[in-house]
Parts: sequence; C-alpha cells; structure tokens
Amino acid sequence: MTTDTSVLYFIFNREYWFKNYNFALKSAGPEVEALHRKFGTVFDIKRYALHDGPGIRVTVHFKGCPLSCWWCHNPESQYFGPQLLYRRERCVACGMCAPACPKGAISTEGGAMSTDSGVCDGCGACSEVCPSEARVTCGARMSASEVMKSILKERIFFEQSGGGVTLSGGEPMAQPEFVMELLGECRKHGIHTALDTCGFVDAESLLDTVPFTDLYLYDIKHMDPEKHKKYTGVDNDVILSNLSQLGGRGAVINVRVPFVPGVNTDEENLRATAAFVSGVRGVVGLNLLPYHSAAEDKHDRWSMEFRLRGTCAPAEASLRRAVEVMESQGIRAITGG
Amino acid sequence: MNERIERLRRESFEAVPRFSAERAVLETEFYKENEGKYATPVMRGLNFKYICEKKTIYIGPDELIVGERGPAPKAVSSFPELTCHSLEDLKVLNARRMQSYAVDPKDAELYRDVVIPYWRGRSMRDKAFARMPKKWLNLYEAGLFTEFGEQRALGHTSLDNLIYEKGMLDLKGDIAKARSALNFLNDPEATAKDDELQGMDYSCDAAILFAERHADLAERMAASETNETRRAELEKIAEVCHRVPACAPRDFWEAIQMYWFVHLGTITELNGWDAMSPGHLDQHLLPFYERGIADGTLDREKAKELISCLWIKVNNTPAPPKVGVTAAESGTYNDFTNINLAGLKRDGSDGSSEVTYIILEVVDELRLLQPQCNIQTSVRTPDEVLKAAVRVIRNGMGYPSVFNADMVVAEQMRVGKTLEDAREGGTSGCIETGCSGKEAYLLHGYLNTPKVLELALNDGVDAMTGRPIGVRSGDPRNFRTFDALYASFEKQLKYVVDTKIEADNYLRARYAELFPATFLSAVIRDCIKNGRDYYSGGPRYNSDYIQCTGIGTVTDSLSAIKKHVFDDGRVELSALVSACNKNWEGHEALRLTMWNKTPFFGNDDDYADAIMQRVYGSLFESIDGKRSTLGPTYHLNMLSTTCHNYFGKMTGATPNGRFSGTPISDGTSPSHGADRNGPTAVVKSLGKMDQVKSGGTLLNQRFLPSLLSGEKGVNGLVNLIRSYFKLGGHHIQFNVVDEETLRDAQKRPEQYKGLLVRVAGYSDYFVDLDEYHQEEIIARTAQEVF
Repeated sequence: MTTDTSVLYFIFNREYWFKNYNFALKSAGPEVEALHRKFGTVFDIKRYALHDGPGIRVTVHFKGCPLSCWWCHNPESQYFGPQLLYRRERCVACGMCAPACPKGAISTEGGAMSTDSGVCDGCGACSEVCPSEARVTCGARMSASEVMKSILKERIFFEQSGGGVTLSGGEPMAQPEFVMELLGECRKHGIHTALDTCGFVDAESLLDTVPFTDLYLYDIKHMDPEKHKKYTGVDNDVILSNLSQLGGRGAVINVRVPFVPGVNTDEENLRATAAFVSGVRGVVGLNLLPYHSAAEDKHDRWSMEFRLRGTCAPAEASLRRAVEVMESQGIRAITGG
Repeated sequence: MNERIERLRRESFEAVPRFSAERAVLETEFYKENEGKYATPVMRGLNFKYICEKKTIYIGPDELIVGERGPAPKAVSSFPELTCHSLEDLKVLNARRMQSYAVDPKDAELYRDVVIPYWRGRSMRDKAFARMPKKWLNLYEAGLFTEFGEQRALGHTSLDNLIYEKGMLDLKGDIAKARSALNFLNDPEATAKDDELQGMDYSCDAAILFAERHADLAERMAASETNETRRAELEKIAEVCHRVPACAPRDFWEAIQMYWFVHLGTITELNGWDAMSPGHLDQHLLPFYERGIADGTLDREKAKELISCLWIKVNNTPAPPKVGVTAAESGTYNDFTNINLAGLKRDGSDGSSEVTYIILEVVDELRLLQPQCNIQTSVRTPDEVLKAAVRVIRNGMGYPSVFNADMVVAEQMRVGKTLEDAREGGTSGCIETGCSGKEAYLLHGYLNTPKVLELALNDGVDAMTGRPIGVRSGDPRNFRTFDALYASFEKQLKYVVDTKIEADNYLRARYAELFPATFLSAVIRDCIKNGRDYYSGGPRYNSDYIQCTGIGTVTDSLSAIKKHVFDDGRVELSALVSACNKNWEGHEALRLTMWNKTPFFGNDDDYADAIMQRVYGSLFESIDGKRSTLGPTYHLNMLSTTCHNYFGKMTGATPNGRFSGTPISDGTSPSHGADRNGPTAVVKSLGKMDQVKSGGTLLNQRFLPSLLSGEKGVNGLVNLIRSYFKLGGHHIQFNVVDEETLRDAQKRPEQYKGLLVRVAGYSDYFVDLDEYHQEEIIARTAQEVF
C-alpha cells in the first residue's frame, strides 16, 4: 500500500493537490504531516443515514475531494482541511471571537466581525467560543478512536436494521491510511462497512480495502472522457479501470450515477454507462441519484462558483427512461439512494 | 370507503360543535325534585336513568351504529354538577376563534334561569375552590401544576372484554347476588355497599332503557320509510338495540353497538373528559369477525363499514368545554378516545389479526380527529403489522402512535398487577399505562418541573410576579457547588408535590363521596364483587398519577448551570439568574452561549443525560408510593398533552436560553431545537431514562415526508422504533409534515382543513390550533436527512 500520500496525490493531479491540501500540509512541516497520518479530516458524522447502503447507518464524511463536480451537493467537502464558515446573518457582534483567535485575524467591521482569510488557518478557536453559531468550522481532525466512539453509539440501530457504517466524502480514499484504520476497527466490532468513492484514487490502496469492505458505492459521472474532465475536473480513465479491478477482486458494488439534467442524462451516455457497468463483475445494482437544486444554495453559502445555475431536478419520465435503459442491460437500477 | 361512509364522514366532519344545555337541564330537574331522598350512589344511578329516559334520541340518515351523547351529532353536553359554566363562559365559547362551541341563546337562557341558580355553589368545582388552602392556590395560580379534578371527573378509563361476554341483565344478576351476600351483621360497610350496588343496578337499567328508546325510534322510522333497503336497515338497528346492551352481543354488528352504548353511558353519566376507550378493540372484535366470516353473515367490507360507523360516532362527540379562566384559551375538541391495536393477548401471544389491518385501513381512509389509535408493539408483533402502521403514519396524521407493549407489561407488573392483567393493559387516552377494564387510574394534573427550578433559583419567589410562593431554599448566590443548587431544587420539588397531593387526596375523596360513577363501576372488574365504586377502591387496581412535564427544559437548564457556572466558572450564577429574570434583555450573547454551547438532552450526550437521570430520579422519589385515600397509590408519568404551552406562558426565561413565555419541552421529548444529532441520538438519550418506573412517557418526533419515502423510509422508521423499544422506550409518535406545508396552511387555512398534526398525545387539525400552538408545532425539530 502506498504510504506516501504526497506521491499518490502527485501522480493524479499535481496542480489540484498542490493548490489545496497537500501544499498546506507540506508547508506546515513534518510534525503536522505526521499528525495527518494519525488523524483524518472529517466534516460530518451523520446518524440515521438511510440512503448510503442497507439499514440505518452512520455516514462518516471525509473532507477533501480530488474532483470538483459542478453539481456537488457538499461543496464544503471539496477542500482538504478545516475551513471557517461565517454566517453574517447570525452574528450578534458580541466580539468574543476576536480575542480567541491565536493569529489575530479577526476585527470588527461595521457591526460584524471580519476575518482576514489570508491569515486564518481554520483552527476553529473562534467557532469554539462563538455563541450564535455565526462562525462554524467545517471539518475537524479526528483520530480513528474518536470516530469509532461516535460509530459505536449507534450499534443497536445497526443490529436491528442490518445497517452499519458508510465512509463517504469528499473522497475517503484520499485519506487511505485513515480509511484502513476505520475499516479494520469496524471489522473487529462486526459492523457492516460501505465505502462511497468517486474512484479517482490510487488503485493499490483501493484494492487493499476489499477484505474489509462489505459494499462499495461507486460513482460513475460520465462515460465521455472530455465531458468528464469538463464537469468534474479530472479524466475518467482511472475511475473506470479502478471499477473493473475492484470487480475482479470480488468486491460487491453498487454503482451510483448522479443524474444531472443537461450533463449526463442523454441516451447515449446512459447506454454507454449501462454497457460498461454490465461488463463489470460484482455490480449488484445501480442507483440513479437525481440532481437537487439545494446544491445551488450550498455553493452560494460558501461563496463558491456555481455553474449549473437554474438547473432543475430531473423529470420523473426521464428517470423512468434511464431505469429502463439500465434494465435493458440486465442491471438492477433504482432511483434514489 | 363506500358512499354511505363518505356521506356520514362528511356530515360529521362538517358539523359545527355546539353547546347543548339538555343534559344540564334534565339533571337540574332531577336534583331539584329528588335532592335528599336517596343515598348518593342511588341518586347518581337514578339521575343517569332520568337522563337516559328523557334525553333526545337521534338516529341519522344512513347510520348503522346509533346513539349520541347530546341531542344531535357534535351537540356537546355539559356537567354542571362538576363545573357550572357561567354566562360569561358561554359567551366566550361562542365567540372565541379557535375551538368555539356555538351557543344557542335559548340554551344560554336555560343556563341563566335553571342551571346556574341551582348549581352555583353546589358544583364540585365551586366546593373545591372554597376549600383549597392558600399555599395550594399560590402554586396553582402561578402555574406550578394543574388539577384535573377541578374541571372534570377523574379517571382515564378503558375497557376489557367484559361487555362482550355479559349484558346489562347479566350484570344485574351479579349485582343482585352481591347484594344478597352482604353481611349487615359484621360488615360496617354493608350499607354503603348496598347503596352503591343499588346505584349500579339503576345504571344498568338506564343503559337498557336508552337502547330500547333507540329501538323504538328505529321501528317508527322503519314504518314510515319508503326505501326498502333503508327500511331493512332500520329494522336491523331496532333488533340490535333490543338485544344490546341488555344481553351480550352475538355478532360483529351487535358487538360494536354494545361498545358504543357503554361508551355513551360512561360519558353521559359523568364528564369523562380524561378518556374513555375500548381497550384492545381488534382483540375484542376478532371472535365476532371470525364467526361472521365462517358462517357467512359477515364479509370484510361489511366489517370495515361497521367499524367506520363507530369511528364516525366517536368523532361526533367533541369534548365538553372547560370552564372559568381557561375558557378563553383554546383547548381541543378531542375527547381522547385512543384505541389499542395489536399488542399481546392474555396468554402472551401476538394480539394482531385481520381486524387490526381493517382498522388501520379505516383510520387511513377516514382521517378523523377522533378516535385516535395506537399500535401496541411487542417483540412478538410481526414487522408486517408495524409496517402497515408506519404507512398510515407516513400519510401525516400523527397516528397511530406507537407503544412498546412489553414495557407496558413491565410497568404494570412493577406496581403489582398480574402478568395476564398487565398484558390486557395498554393506553387509554394519551400515553398512560393502565389495566383495561380493571383499574381506576386517576390522573391528577401536570407538574411544571422547570418552574420548580425557577423557584429554586429565586429562593421560593415566583420570578414572574415577585410573590413568595415556594419554600425558602437558599439564596442562589450562596450555592458553592452544583449539588447545593440541586438540593434546593429537590426541596422545592418536595414542597410543590406534597402540596399538590394534599389537594388531590381531598378531590379524590370528594368524588368518591359526591359523584360515584355507578354505571362505569358496573363494567369495571371487581366493583360489583367488592360492592364499591370506581372512586372508592372498587376496581381490582387503583392508582393515582401526577404527570411531570418539561424534563427536557429542566435538564438543559441544569446542564447549562453545571457547565458554565460550576465546571467552567465562566458565568456567575447570580448573573445568570438575573439575566433570566430580565428575559435575557441585554444578554443575548450570554443567552446564545447557553443555547449553543451547552450539552443538551436528546443528543446521546452523557453529560446532559446523566442530569436527566438525576432529575427523573428526583421526580420518582417525590411522587412514587405517596399515599392516597387508598394507600400508596401514587406514581408518576411523563407527559404534557398541550400543557407545555400553558406552563411555558407561566414560566420565566430558563438558563438553557429559552425565552420567558415560550413553550417548555413537551412530554419526555428534548427541548424544541435542542436535539441536533438526529432521531437515533434522541432515542438513545431517552433510552437512558428508566421508563419502566413510570406510567408512561411521551416522545414526539417530527419527520419531513422525504425521510419516510419509499420502502427504505418505512424500514428505517420501523427499525428506529424497534431499536427505541429495545432501549426501554415506552412510546414514540410522529408528525409527518414539512414546514412549507405548515406555513402555507397558516396563510390559507381553508385549503388545509383536513391537515392533522400530532400535537401531544393526540392529533388535532392544524388550522384549528391557535397561532401559538401552530408555531409550536413548526418549531419542533424537523429531522431531515439528505
């Protein structure tokens, strides 16, 4: 298994990674980097998740993703590291955040608190004291045992419902050591595991997870390499080849296709998807995940560019048609998670 | 639903609730004529008979099941012997926007000229208030508790299968036997028992008479009916009414009519505002259903139609309105009939059947305010039954609510009931555990736990008025430790509970003395055998409950104090108390710190949940085993119905960041908006409450429809419920609506006339709630998953 994540990231998309997480990590020095090996960056642990695999689940959302899909429903999960979100409408300008900031990045500005984003490193000290939740730090470095503590609280629901844990993102496999540690712990406790991946990850690391993963939720966004690059920022060749390899190793796979009108819902792409998926061993089903306009609001909240403005949720008829196309290739397809 | 049911349903739905003075006038006539002639139980029995003899009999077009409490559907009787409405009350009832009762000027005149002159000063309520001590009045007026006995006859009641096995004539036989066995030589109570049994005997006559009058009317109507089909139906109705309740029912139709006559009898005899329910109706009806199917006299559709007719009858019976200061407040039309489904049989086997599914279909199709129903879920209950219930829940009516039948058994066995009797138990009106048909379980009123903490933080002074009403329990500035503060809370709690129980015992004894429930006593096991009334220890089991409210609010408030004052030392207790007493004015940052930076109940956080356990333990210690006139019969249960709104209005700002006057937490639910980790965390927190020591808890969860879509949604909810019950949960119920829908309903109520929402232990029409209650529903945390 690849242990040097910087090399891994380098191979995939040098520019992307350096612009984001790894650059910050490297420049922070060896101590922080060592810390990174022991801690994962998690932005949410969602309980009572019903749509990320069988039963009642806990979904652990990792922060950081090599892709930047236009329709991303969790845009805050793209950047690799804790980030400060400031919701001005909640701010009561009490001023408690300013002295709490170790970098002195916060000042009062016209009845609100302004943060120098060049100085802020997302340490979370201000959101810790902010009484009104105007300052929220998205993403926290957590140890595997901390995450497991949250997971184990839900045991009774797993046992009752046949549920378990889903590692999702962002992209969990961008933090492969942490993923392996969590999967191993879950195995020890007999908890069902699912891994939700975009597939744009190191093949060897991914295959290493097979003995510890009961189900893969594997995304296919587009079959056309050019369009894939346009809408997600990366090629799809690694993704497709990883999926085939995973199937070859005996993995149980649910393919997930975000169904985004105007992007990947044309007949040609659906047929190509179906044709490819039907050739992969181990695929037990395919979920069409309809686009939701909530993505727009989320991008706005994070001041991120949104390139699908005005796109509506797909029509029922088009979803039905897509299911038919998949089924014509012998793939069990359903709408929704 | 078929055409008949559709018509009857529409009529019931559209009928305007109105006030009827008929019963009050009849009762006044009877009392004026007979006061002083008879022993009280005999008087009550004869009074009931007089009403049954004289009241207007109603049989509507298309009806199959007959009988109304008032002269017509939704014409509501009043009970001046308990609470005598003033003319001002009637004016308010007629005029108020929500839950109004149309009052005919003629009825108001009758009240002015006949009813009020006789009952003013004689009614239970007038007598009670004249006697209540000052310390009780102080706490009562400040909103520390409510008193059920001052508004209506005490007692949550549900029946077992007795009335399907014995008719009134059989019961009269039992009564005669009991009377002949009385020992006037050695039993000092023999005379009292004889009076009581004679009262029961007259009550049984009354019920027969009431049915015979329906039979007569049906026969007369049949004679002039031109439509052949309807004539046959009327003849059948006459036949049924000749048969029941005099004799035990022989078939499905008679069984349902039997129940309805008994139900009407109990709520005509006294104001059973508290609850009157059939108990395990599906189990009671099953033998009749099976027999009818087997011999070909019944089919599934006919059974469903008859059940639907019963449902409509219950819906025709809104609750009698309250009196006095509360008349202007909106209440509910709901008379709290809660029908138990599935559950366990006496032998411990699964109680669900085809009738269970039929009833769920009826509930889903009719969508009426009343009756409510609940699914008693044991580990033996098939998932299929629970799934069928969840599909009805998903349609957003708030019911069926879901109960843990195994806990219901355990709770009852803890307080000494036999295993078989406990299995027959269930829920009567809201969430209260009781032994159907064998128990008098008297609920005495709600306890405002957050207000008790308020007293502790203000050394016994009411923060809303500045009046000293509690005991002195120490100046909060002098509390050096959390335990010192907590001891002060416990001291106030003991004082408040003891003061309440003194009053409860007084009221209980007064009911036993003045208003024995002779008809109800005839159908509750062992009353005849013991020669004692429902209120006097006649039933096999007797218990008294105080309903504790606001455990979420009080836990969160104590958690806020513990963390910020005593653990972190960042806030002075006196500063926090003073900010609360100013309703946080000028202290918004402090308020938000309390609200956002405190571990709260409902998040599976041991810090807060341990405090909840401690509070629950204190409530238990202060109530359980306290003595009534019948021995150590007091227990606690944990529900609030709508009282968390009233209590909220009476309670100042609380240290958890809650504003003065806003609702406190409902039932055992977390404070509104305090549960931030989803429903599994909520039920984990609730699972840390030792619920078996209560007589029931209430957990409200609001779900948006998206969460329940598809089979995944259904399975998710089923598994959530099962998990909660594994953790020892007693009850959970769901409101399935989205905020957008509710906002739209506020704007265009006419478009949402039929929108039912789960309010507390019952559902109500959203548009019937006042704005305050509407906002409260909206504020309940929506558990959204994306």
